[in-house]
This record gives sequence, C-alpha cells and structure tokens, in this order.
Amino acid sequence: MSDVAWPETLQGIIEEFKEADSEERLEMLLEFAMGMPDLPAELLSARDTMEQVHECQSPVFLLAKIDDGKVYYYLDVPREAPTVRGFAGILYEGLNGAEPAAILATPNDLYQRMGLHKVLSPLRLRGLTALLGRMKRNAQELGGGGPG
Amino acid sequence: MVEYAHPQVLVSTAWVAEHLNDPTVRIIESDEDILLYDVGHIPKAIKVDWQNELQDQVVRDYVNKEAFGKLIGDKGIGNDHTLVFYGDRNNWWACYALWVFKMYGHQDCRIMNGGRQKWIDEGRELTTDRPNHAAVTYTASGPDLSIRAFRQEALDHSNARKPLIDVRSPGEFSGELTHMADYPQEGALRGGHIPGAKNVPWGQAVAADGTFKTADELKALYEGNAGLNAGDDVIAYCRIGERSSHTWFVLTYLLGYPNVRNYDGSWTEWGNMVGVPIEKDV
Repeated sequence: MSDVAWPETLQGIIEEFKEADSEERLEMLLEFAMGMPDLPAELLSARDTMEQVHECQSPVFLLAKIDDGKVYYYLDVPREAPTVRGFAGILYEGLNGAEPAAILATPNDLYQRMGLHKVLSPLRLRGLTALLGRMKRNAQELGGGGPG
Repeated sequence: MVEYAHPQVLVSTAWVAEHLNDPTVRIIESDEDILLYDVGHIPKAIKVDWQNELQDQVVRDYVNKEAFGKLIGDKGIGNDHTLVFYGDRNNWWACYALWVFKMYGHQDCRIMNGGRQKWIDEGRELTTDRPNHAAVTYTASGPDLSIRAFRQEALDHSNARKPLIDVRSPGEFSGELTHMADYPQEGALRGGHIPGAKNVPWGQAVAADGTFKTADELKALYEGNAGLNAGDDVIAYCRIGERSSHTWFVLTYLLGYPNVRNYDGSWTEWGNMVGVPIEKDV
C-alpha cells in the first residue's frame, strides 16, 4: 500500500455522495453528467487517437497527458449515456491535475464508497470501475513508475 | 402482406405528439440508463425506473401487487388510463416495463414505435420538467403468471422439447461468452443455452430506424428460421429477462401467439444453477 493520499478533490466529491440519499445521489450524478466539458476541438476530430474504454456500454474515449508532473485527462462520453458521463465527470473533476502517485492511490471501490451500488445495476458499475482502472493505468505509465 | 395481430398496441410518435394533453393517456418512459429521462423526456411523460422501482430491493423478484399499485397510483396513473411506453435502445426497457404492468393486470398498454431515439431524430419536443399528475388510487390485480415462466417450467419445457427462444447474442448462445459482447461479465458461472432452445437475437425484430419489422418479416424470422408455429407455447429468455420481454411483446402482440411466457430468471439463474442441463456449441 502506498502512503500517498489520493486526490483531495475526489475525496470531497465522494464524501458528498456518501452523505446524500439515493435520490440526491442520482441528481448529483446528473449534474456531473451535464457539467462535463466537451472534448477540445482538436481532439474531437482525432477521436481515433484516443483509447476506447470497451468495458463501458457506450463508446467512451480517454486520453491522458502529463504536464509538469501532473496528469490531465480528456474524456469523451456521449450525452445519451448520462450515467457513464456522470461518473466520468466525477473522475474528470476529481483526478485532473493530480500527480500520478495520488491518482494511483485512489481506491478501486469508489462507487461503493459513494453509495452508487444501491442505485445502479452491477452491469454499469463494472464499466465504471473499468474506467477508473484505465485512468489509473494511464497515470502509472505517464508517471514512469513500474507496477506499484 | 400480413398485418400485425394486435396493431392497436403500437402507436406512432405522431400519435403521441397529438395526445400529450389527453387526460385518458399517460406516457411512460423506461430506459436502461436510469438518468436518461432526467436529461430530457417527452412532455408530461412519467419515469418508471426498472431497477429501483419495479424490482424488489431485497429478494430477486418484482415488487408485490400492493407496492406496485401504490407506486403507480402515486405517479398519477389510474386503472383506466391508456398507457404508452417508450424508452432507449429500441424500446428494450419499455417492453420490460410493459410486461410488468401486464403482469399486474393493466388493460391498455401500448408501445411508441421507434422509441426515444425516433422521437429525438424527428426533432420533437423534449423537456426536463417533471409532470405533476395528481396521485390516484390504483388497484393492481394478478400477478398474471401466464406470461411469466419460472425455472422449473423452463426445465419442463426443455425436457419436453417445447419451443424455447433464446434471444441473446450468438456468442452468448453458443457458450463462447457468458455476457453480451462489449458488456461486462455479470455473474453467470457457465456459458451455453437451455437444451433445445433456438437462438433469435432480440434486436432482429427491429428495423434500422428502431421501429418493429413488418409482420411478414417477423413471421419469416420466428416461423421460418426458428421453426415456431403460430399458437405454439413458447418460453423466451435472455440474461435477466429484459431483452426477452421485447421478444415476448413481439410474439404476443405483433404475431398474436396466445401462450408466450418470459423466463425472467434467464441465464443469470440458469447458468448458475447446480445440475441443470446445458447445451454448448463451442
């Protein structure tokens, strides 16, 4: 286990979800779905250079870059898939700009900590976990670290 | 040209647009993605969440008759309403919701042909406003188990070599996959199909624009390819009974088969049961 703390922004979001009831959780997820920025124009036309997250039921594309030791993600999730988009929005806001080691310290059972397992189907949750897994793997590769 | 057996169960997007304010009609959206309704829905449409509302949260089953009646009445749906269901993914979940409503005895249930996608493609109005239908008292009846099959009935059907239609993808049917292609594994320990079942993937009943295929095409699909005969006693199944409720709808209402049951336990039950027979093609 690493001693590094996982990103504080993400911890804050997870905490808010944990304290909410089921209906509020879905509303918050929807807000993250609506609030997630679209891809910048130069990536919109180059989606094929991004990694597809096949575990998600909808076409989800991911790209990570490192700048000055911090990881920046670009995520493309169709608006017709608000559940996936909401979770992607949480990870986008919670992990963007964090250092690779902090991202790698993020627990894999996020959705359980957020209480989402009570409102989403197992099928969806696996896709969401896979998205986090890929984002962590990107962070690991960009950070130049071997298997932690 | 053959007609649908019960053409009144299908309404067009135009029909729905004309009946948005009809007090005898309630429009119901049921989606796989349970947030989709909140992004925008047909004006006055009521959301029914298959997962958090129709299913019991403890036992693997549907909510009971009383809970169903309360849920539906609170949404402002009365026993005499004409219900029009629509949703994402070619009305897959709309058919699932309709099936549950039929199980609890709702008389007039219809599907908006083409579903959510067709409505959007036609540039029709969407809103995020929630409907404010006043709550009413709804009296559910049943459950009508003539449309629902349990595992023992599926086993009896298999042993007697009566028609079973497996509506999953060919890869799931053959046993190569234990889940849908591109979908994550959802907990079936064994792959394959119920012995004797014929494979007709549910989506084959739908045309490119999301509407149901013609009666002629459906007949060719189920009677030609899969060897069903009109009036057969059929059990349809898939993974958890959602895709097969779509096929149940097609066989029952569009082709007019009087004895079709949906085995909602489906592969997530069969593929985990100890000792039941399984056929594999790989």
